[in-house]
Amino acid sequence: MKASNSLWKENLSAKLPEDLAHEIDIFETDLGLKKQGKLDERLIAETRLRRGVYGQRYDNGQRHDGKRVQEFAYPSGRLTKGPNTLWDAPGMQRIKIPAGGLNAAQLETLAELVEEYSDGIAHITTRQDVQLHYVHIDDTPTIMRRLAAAKITTREACGNTVRNVTACPFAGVCQDEVFDVTPYARALSRFLLGHPDCQSFGRKFKPSFSGCAQHACGLANMHDLGLVGVTRTENGKEVRGFAVYVGGGLGTVPYQAKLLHPFLPPEELLPIAQSIARVFARLGEKKNRNRARIKFLIHDLGIEKFKELVWEERKILPPDPRWTSYLETAKESTEEPLRPPGETPSSTSEGFARWYKTNVRPQRQEGYSTVTTTLPLGDITASQLRALADIVRRFTRETIRTTVEQNFAIRWVSNHDLVDIYEALNAVGLGEPGAGTIVDIVTCPGTDTCKLGISSSRGLAAELRNRLAQRCFAMDEAVQNLHIKISGCFNSCGQHHLADLGFYGVSRKMAGYAVPHFQVVLGGQWESNAGSYGLPVVAVPSKNIPQVVTRLTDRYVANRKNGESFKDFVKRIGKIEIKNLLEDLTRLPADDADPSFFSDWGDPREYSLGDMGVGECAGEVVSAVEFDLAAAEREVFEAQVKLEKGSFQQAARTAYLAMIHAAKALVKLELQDVPDDPDRIMLEFTTRFYDTQKFFDSFAGGKFAQYLFAAHASSGKPANPDSARYLIDEAQLFIDASHACYNRLGAVSVA
Amino acid sequence: MEFQHVNVKLFVSNAEEVDLDSLIPVFHSWIQNQANGELLLDVADYRHVRSGPGLVLIGHQGNYSLDNAGNRLGVRYNRKAVLEGTNQDRLVQATQAALAACRRLETEPSLDGTIQCNGREMEVFINDRLLAPNRPETRTAADSEFRAFFSTLFGDIEYAASYPQDPRSLFSVHVRTSQIFDTTVLLNNLNSTAPASCQS
Repeated sequence: MKASNSLWKENLSAKLPEDLAHEIDIFETDLGLKKQGKLDERLIAETRLRRGVYGQRYDNGQRHDGKRVQEFAYPSGRLTKGPNTLWDAPGMQRIKIPAGGLNAAQLETLAELVEEYSDGIAHITTRQDVQLHYVHIDDTPTIMRRLAAAKITTREACGNTVRNVTACPFAGVCQDEVFDVTPYARALSRFLLGHPDCQSFGRKFKPSFSGCAQHACGLANMHDLGLVGVTRTENGKEVRGFAVYVGGGLGTVPYQAKLLHPFLPPEELLPIAQSIARVFARLGEKKNRNRARIKFLIHDLGIEKFKELVWEERKILPPDPRWTSYLETAKESTEEPLRPPGETPSSTSEGFARWYKTNVRPQRQEGYSTVTTTLPLGDITASQLRALADIVRRFTRETIRTTVEQNFAIRWVSNHDLVDIYEALNAVGLGEPGAGTIVDIVTCPGTDTCKLGISSSRGLAAELRNRLAQRCFAMDEAVQNLHIKISGCFNSCGQHHLADLGFYGVSRKMAGYAVPHFQVVLGGQWESNAGSYGLPVVAVPSKNIPQVVTRLTDRYVANRKNGESFKDFVKRIGKIEIKNLLEDLTRLPADDADPSFFSDWGDPREYSLGDMGVGECAGEVVSAVEFDLAAAEREVFEAQVKLEKGSFQQAARTAYLAMIHAAKALVKLELQDVPDDPDRIMLEFTTRFYDTQKFFDSFAGGKFAQYLFAAHASSGKPANPDSARYLIDEAQLFIDASHACYNRLGAVSVA
Repeated sequence: MEFQHVNVKLFVSNAEEVDLDSLIPVFHSWIQNQANGELLLDVADYRHVRSGPGLVLIGHQGNYSLDNAGNRLGVRYNRKAVLEGTNQDRLVQATQAALAACRRLETEPSLDGTIQCNGREMEVFINDRLLAPNRPETRTAADSEFRAFFSTLFGDIEYAASYPQDPRSLFSVHVRTSQIFDTTVLLNNLNSTAPASCQS
């Protein structure tokens, strides 16, 4: 797409590491081969994904423009870059930033790429990556070369690989960390990048490091491999190690990681990670993508058996000098200050005071602080990136990291410079307060650019941010410190399970129209490395979510006991009470006259116009099915209440029956008199909706029906807290998918 | 020197009165109608970013935006696809696209005249650092091209050109005219030259 692409290759040839240059050349050749029809569709898809080149919404060349589905007539016609993905359709480039660490020159390189190849925005992700959107695939080799010249790689940013190794952005400067995990995170990142043992996973593998157990910064519990720094005394000396957690993950059904080892010495870190990778590659699911993450393998094997396999693998690993070569320098400080330590100067500025309160975190090194720049929705412009480069050069030795809350953390700022750095940041729109507060909303791309998005998570986040920012500092302090996280679908990229107030996108049919909704997820815990996961309470139309936030926070302020956390408050008053509190918000306004409910935030197109139901007969069926699906949803809720009360067996049974009832609701679309017999419902559902693929979502396929099949196969078996919880999550997802299936069938009937 | 990926920004007056909310359905309607000869794809909403790209209408050949870079709102056209022809052809094409977009917004009934070109200023960027690095020698080399182009564009209207100095920025020229120009007149001035192709 860019005129200068071939010139860049020549221009940078002497500046690139040979291996990276060779690899990018191969990628470029593969793109050429695909254009000539000499490369398989799936192969080119995985090839580009392994280099961070993702598809984006509408890349099948179709988009509903609010009136009709448009077929885009791209210059390259039907040439594809993967199954059902057109060559010319804009895509996303993900850029790996190990442990979030960047320097000023790298910020400047990112700024250049944002301007020249993207839409003017760099997006910081919840895994400390950077993403560029609306990128043309022909430009990606040049983007990779320019990044490589700045010592950044996109290799294995996507695909079934080891993804970005994340780490606490305060590692090395945190007041209560056990030790600085940065050198270990970097060593693991280098070691696993392109490692032969990591090339044949069935799914992705995400590692994370944290310097302590109590804070959220590393989120170890929600990672495939979570490493938490710990120490112990041996022979009178303090020695370092890692508590090793495996098999955590969010996704559709979240799993808490299991403790694999309480104290792994640093010299064993890389070999054990390698052993885990080998076990995962050998035994992990390959065919069924939906059960291919390591969490399913560990769940199926049990942690003890998995541990046994890992340690057996460790015994037969051929030694590798890289396991320990980095350790000699690992204990040395990785960063130094530019300026002498100081005292914070006094300032009468209210803006500074607010910013100081939320965005400045004193370091363990006296006289220094880490400053967080709050990025709305994780977005930053090219000009701001360049300004940030100037600022980190002026005040620090270029010590800046991305954070999992989609911000930047500037480390080693002398307290003496805090007013100056605030003013410098504020001058370029980066001095907003509210880091880590209710205003600092985390969100995935949602329907803006993600192919899987159901509702507009970014639209909702922007709306909530606008409303909350105006009154944040007038709010009760307990509310100010709550976390809101939003995903556009059930896949949890916005980490909604970990929030005080979590939301994920679903659709519902109301008054004959599809209406964007969000499930309200409560009870999650951000602290303690993602200590617990929330559960969905009720689905609410997207346009009513701001009221949900207001009601819940008002109620919390009014009724909380001294020092009670929001999570504890939710648990104490119970989900029934909360559901009652929100009940009226689940409905459309009484007069049905507000058309805004039928479109999403920031998008005037009618939400899935083709889903409109017409005809009296269809209308009657619509009512019956909607009624049945709503009943199934109520049952899932009842299952949650039973789970809260510790009745695991009953909770599991109720969740299972909710799935059966949702399946029955769909079957009734074709067979009005289906008997109330689970086996018969299963048979009818399977033949009418699964075998015919009517139930299949274009991206998830039959995934959610498999939840039903598994639940039916194991109905009546003993349940435990974990299995009951998983079943409730799966039941909710199956019901959401049933709603979606019903909406699709409505569209077909109209056509 | 080859100019490709020319960007043109026309600043609007009374920027504080412009409500970008009301522009969203307008950009969506442009996609519905595919009316300007380019393939229009999607709308990206960055209203939440201070001094950012504002609202971007993503196209295949080029993007249109109500851009707020530098905290100055303007209608911007960003040519993405390579364009054959001469540098003058490329300057003409991008400026025509920006002027035509500005004109459409000025006359869009739902916007009630809130978006108006200020008739005083425009910026031209070359969005390719390798072809046009922001250095003095680029300015020297580009000077005659710009003179010829602005002479066609503005006719008898005098103008002053200035060049941002930060070598990290895109190469660009900022132009301020001595009297108010009308977007229709400028479009006519350009249309009297050889028509530029919009497609790639």
